[in-house]
Amino acid sequence: MEALIFQIQSGIANGIIYGSVALALVMIYQATHHINFAQGEMATFSTYMAWGLMQAGWSYWAAFGCTVAVSFAGGLLVQRIVLRPIERAPVLTNVIVFIGLLLIFNALSGMLFDHTIKTFASPFPADAWFASAYFPAHQAGSAGVLLLVLGVLFAFFRYTSVGLAMRAAAQNPESARLVGIRVSWMLGLGWGLAAAVGAVAGMMVAPVVFLDPNMMGGILLYGFAGALLGGIGNPLGAVAGGVLVGVLENLLGAYVIGTELKLTVALVLIVGTLTLRPDGLFGRKVVVRV
Amino acid sequence: MTRPDRNDRLHRGWVLLGWGMLALGLLALPFLVKNYRAFQFSMVLVYAIAILGLNLLTGFNGQISLGHGAFYAVGAYVAAILMDRLSVPYWATLPAAFACCFAFGFLVGFPALRLAGHYLALATFALALAVPQLLKYKRIEGVTGGVQGIVLSKPEPPFAVRMFEQPLTADRWLYFVSLAVAGLMFLLTWNLLRGRIGRALVAVRDHPIAATAMGVNLPVFKSLAFGMSAAITGVAGALGAIVVAFVAPDSFTITLSIFLLVGVVVGGMASIPGALFGAVFIQFVPDIADGLSKSAPAAIYGALLIGCMYLLPRGVMGGLQQVWSRWRGRAH
Repeated sequence: MEALIFQIQSGIANGIIYGSVALALVMIYQATHHINFAQGEMATFSTYMAWGLMQAGWSYWAAFGCTVAVSFAGGLLVQRIVLRPIERAPVLTNVIVFIGLLLIFNALSGMLFDHTIKTFASPFPADAWFASAYFPAHQAGSAGVLLLVLGVLFAFFRYTSVGLAMRAAAQNPESARLVGIRVSWMLGLGWGLAAAVGAVAGMMVAPVVFLDPNMMGGILLYGFAGALLGGIGNPLGAVAGGVLVGVLENLLGAYVIGTELKLTVALVLIVGTLTLRPDGLFGRKVVVRV
Repeated sequence: MTRPDRNDRLHRGWVLLGWGMLALGLLALPFLVKNYRAFQFSMVLVYAIAILGLNLLTGFNGQISLGHGAFYAVGAYVAAILMDRLSVPYWATLPAAFACCFAFGFLVGFPALRLAGHYLALATFALALAVPQLLKYKRIEGVTGGVQGIVLSKPEPPFAVRMFEQPLTADRWLYFVSLAVAGLMFLLTWNLLRGRIGRALVAVRDHPIAATAMGVNLPVFKSLAFGMSAAITGVAGALGAIVVAFVAPDSFTITLSIFLLVGVVVGGMASIPGALFGAVFIQFVPDIADGLSKSAPAAIYGALLIGCMYLLPRGVMGGLQQVWSRWRGRAH
């Protein structure tokens, strides 16, 4: 029983990280209806930036804040410069450009910061007040930070006019334009926010899995699975999906198939969700006109 | 019309001469270069076949696949297991790989029927990421050789011949085998695309609903496209295993799938000769760029993918065709 609880809580801790990656993916999907394959590499690059700042002597939270701000700006710039010209291009073109971005960010991480595995400091000391037998300090701390990010985003979308404008631009771009919303800039904003959320997720995960250019590969896949499971149009659902994926991964790994086939589990989840329940557990059914 | 018959015959004469010289050049090539270059040229041909397979699915049929490395890996492992565990001669593993990968691709095609665009890209991306882990799985280690893979021995040439003072080594012999297989695969694909099936595939890509209204059986054709594409890439994988004489799970990561996609985009989507350009590209660019930095090839590929989408959407072949048609327009 103890072991089961341990697996579940460990799954939830991992799941919150997958959930934040899923959140970043859903934000870009809601705004642009494209799946950002480069999300993981952008998060890794942001984490490397934070590492670089800390190596230069900055304190953790100063580096954290600066990285989040720079990632936001970076995401915005990527959307404005690289993606805007191909907004109306067919899906294949967009997918190829995303893969190109994936390669470029991966290469940048490797070239600027070399390929050796690095350790990344955790801001939460091992004996913090919120640590417990079931939730080690870092897991509890990261869960807290990510839930805080979720809360801020929720408040932003619900209670600010910019958030409302973004939601309008995503739901109905034509009408939004008629009302005076600059839809293109809303897309850029969405990308900026997603990049910032990805940076936070990367910095929360790096102390656990160590920093290397391919850090986010598996995590990205779980993020995808979580986003699909929760419903790709639903941000809260995406986080819930991520947590669910984390718990499932741990339970299946511990009791059913062993820890070696984790990526296969993600694959089966993705294909299963897409074939059996394409709108996810919490998504709404979208009907497309012919 | 200025004497069409004479111009036609002259034109055909030149084309035949061009093809003849090309054939002679290809046959003499391995003897003009060192052994290792012959090996590299064989790999170019192997990649050309793999890229052709991917092009069939993505370029001609419009189904995005980021997971063709998985089919390549299956073909390679089928060949390796047959050669190593069952002592099947190397040339017999190629049809076996074709059949196995056709079945596998057809099966993958079924869930793919319900997926379009991004979701298919996502599902195939997941497949490509999961395959190396699956290959390392301990329970099937007896068959697949686990993390260390399977070491094969290069087949010896069946007869001895010397040209330009160079002997026919195993590497050179495998170049000729690859050339023959590549020729066969290109011919097969060209024939397939020229007829009814080819037109149906392109119709499904351009406007699936109109195609269905015209009587094209969408599920059958889409699964068929997946199956054929996987089969061709599987043959490339098997040939690759024979040429390299080694298979291991870490040779077939997501990087391979992405490189094949780069080959398709750079060579030219929906272009059969473009596959050869793409293959030359992905074989030789890493060698040249590695000197700069370990990550340089990835950066170059990324920049090229984006650049091609902006400037050369139909790849090198498309660009060449544009130049050619402009030149012809001026001359006549």
